[in-house]
Amino acid sequence: MTATLKIQANTDQHTETAEQHAAFEARIAGGEKIEPGDWMPAEYRRQLIRMISQHAHSEVVGMLPEGEWISRAPSLRRKLILMAKVQDEAGHGQYLYHAAETLGATREEMVDALLSGKAKYSSIFNYPTQSWADVGMIGWLVDGAAIKNQTMLAGCSYGPYSRAMVRICSEETFHHKQGKEMIVQYAAGTPEQRALAQDALTRWWWPSVMMLGPHDKDSTNSGVMSNWGIKTKSNDQVRQEYLNEHVPELLELGLTLPDADLHQDADGNWIHGPINWDEFWDVVKGKTGLNKERLATRNAAHDDGAWVREAMLAYGNRLRAQAAD
Amino acid sequence: MTDLTAEQTQALIARLTTLADDDLLLSHRDAEWTGHAPILEEDIALANIAQDELGHAMGWLELRKTLDGSDPDVLAFRRGPEKFCNSALTELPKGDWAFTMVRQYLFDAWEALWQDAAKASPYGPLAQAAALALREKRFHLQHTALWVERLALGTPESEWRTREALNAVWPYALGLFEPLDGERSGIDAGLLPDPAQIKARWLPLVTAHFERCGLTPPNAVPVARGTHTEHLAPLLTEFQDVNRQYAEVTVW
Repeated sequence: MTATLKIQANTDQHTETAEQHAAFEARIAGGEKIEPGDWMPAEYRRQLIRMISQHAHSEVVGMLPEGEWISRAPSLRRKLILMAKVQDEAGHGQYLYHAAETLGATREEMVDALLSGKAKYSSIFNYPTQSWADVGMIGWLVDGAAIKNQTMLAGCSYGPYSRAMVRICSEETFHHKQGKEMIVQYAAGTPEQRALAQDALTRWWWPSVMMLGPHDKDSTNSGVMSNWGIKTKSNDQVRQEYLNEHVPELLELGLTLPDADLHQDADGNWIHGPINWDEFWDVVKGKTGLNKERLATRNAAHDDGAWVREAMLAYGNRLRAQAAD
Repeated sequence: MTDLTAEQTQALIARLTTLADDDLLLSHRDAEWTGHAPILEEDIALANIAQDELGHAMGWLELRKTLDGSDPDVLAFRRGPEKFCNSALTELPKGDWAFTMVRQYLFDAWEALWQDAAKASPYGPLAQAAALALREKRFHLQHTALWVERLALGTPESEWRTREALNAVWPYALGLFEPLDGERSGIDAGLLPDPAQIKARWLPLVTAHFERCGLTPPNAVPVARGTHTEHLAPLLTEFQDVNRQYAEVTVW
């Protein structure tokens, strides 16, 4: 984050007292939402800005892998749905930047942090989309995982984030449905369509399981976030819910999941085999995957649009000057 | 009115196909900005315009289907460039933001006026479709007119880019008003608006807006409808790529 925010955070830290903390935690324990003007610990503010802006960046970068397929969607109906979906992602990015702005971050700071590579976004968007069926699989699996996470965050203690999540989840549910509908149709379609669906599943299964975050024992930020009611469930809990919902539906279609150890335990939970976290971290760190390409694309759009933003500013100044005359 | 002569049916088909092809290609070009727009708000707004254009194209093709039983997806995905009857205006590459906005503005003004006139068509399905599309088209026109103004009255750079865009696009925009082969019987019967009359409303409307923005359209000869550029074939190759790769798949 920027110098301004650090200063604000430091100032808050100096003035934070045990009483303030106790009162704040009591509000959270009582199920109250924390609102923008309320007192909050500097660390709570910092964690939220980090998390919300990261989430906004994920939506913005998330436009790219699927956006690639708008021009090539194979039917008018699918094209219209995909356009609407990618547009929703831009809209989610916008809500979330606004939610983070209520904590004192500015759009410019956040966008700069994304473009310079300082801020993270979900590494799931660094995987390439290789076929049209990937669009369906991303809708079903990736948006399915996102919904699990976001439904949990809709109950979080910070009001603007919680409300943004409620709205976003309702649109993500549409994305999830359209993805599932596509894959269900292709799994029962021609042999070529079925092969496309299987290939997409094989490539997207593990990335979507990993996208719910490291195991609880390896998750560095989870502790403080659950204490403050930001995260109300652990990564592994959310992952379990995700598997229990998606595994039986995929198997029902006769598709094969790329996990030889996958099984159901005595309680009916679907248990996955060992996860290759090295692969996950390589993608997160940009050693593999399309991190450089995605950031280059965003940077190019930003740089190419500089003259447009300057024109908007100049035009706004001209209107203000005219009004003042 | 439901009794159409064979000639009138052909006139309607010709116009509906042209409208659909224009909307389809413009939607394609607009959608190329999704994820790449100068501000996030425009990723949203232009994606919306692109969806509306595609929706309108689908509407025109559905109307055509009621006249000749044609399949909208087959028309969109299985026709070669020689069969497309869009104006060359809509196939030109997306260019910079000024180009995109000036082209869309000129097209919006044309289509809004055409739709406004088509609302009075005694052919009910066309009048209804035009009224529906016009509601959205008016929003596009407001949006793009404001962008033309912002850019023309923004910085010296945005001003020259807008001027360049207008100079480049104008001859193609004039081509929107060329009458279509076989359309005459529909116009004479009052089923379809007369493009010459639309042009008589369009020209003062857009010229006045450009004048407010300090711009003057160039003197130019219209690019005739039916003239295509080298940009159409690669556009369609991309557009039809997946559909044509799996030729035996009928339901996507």
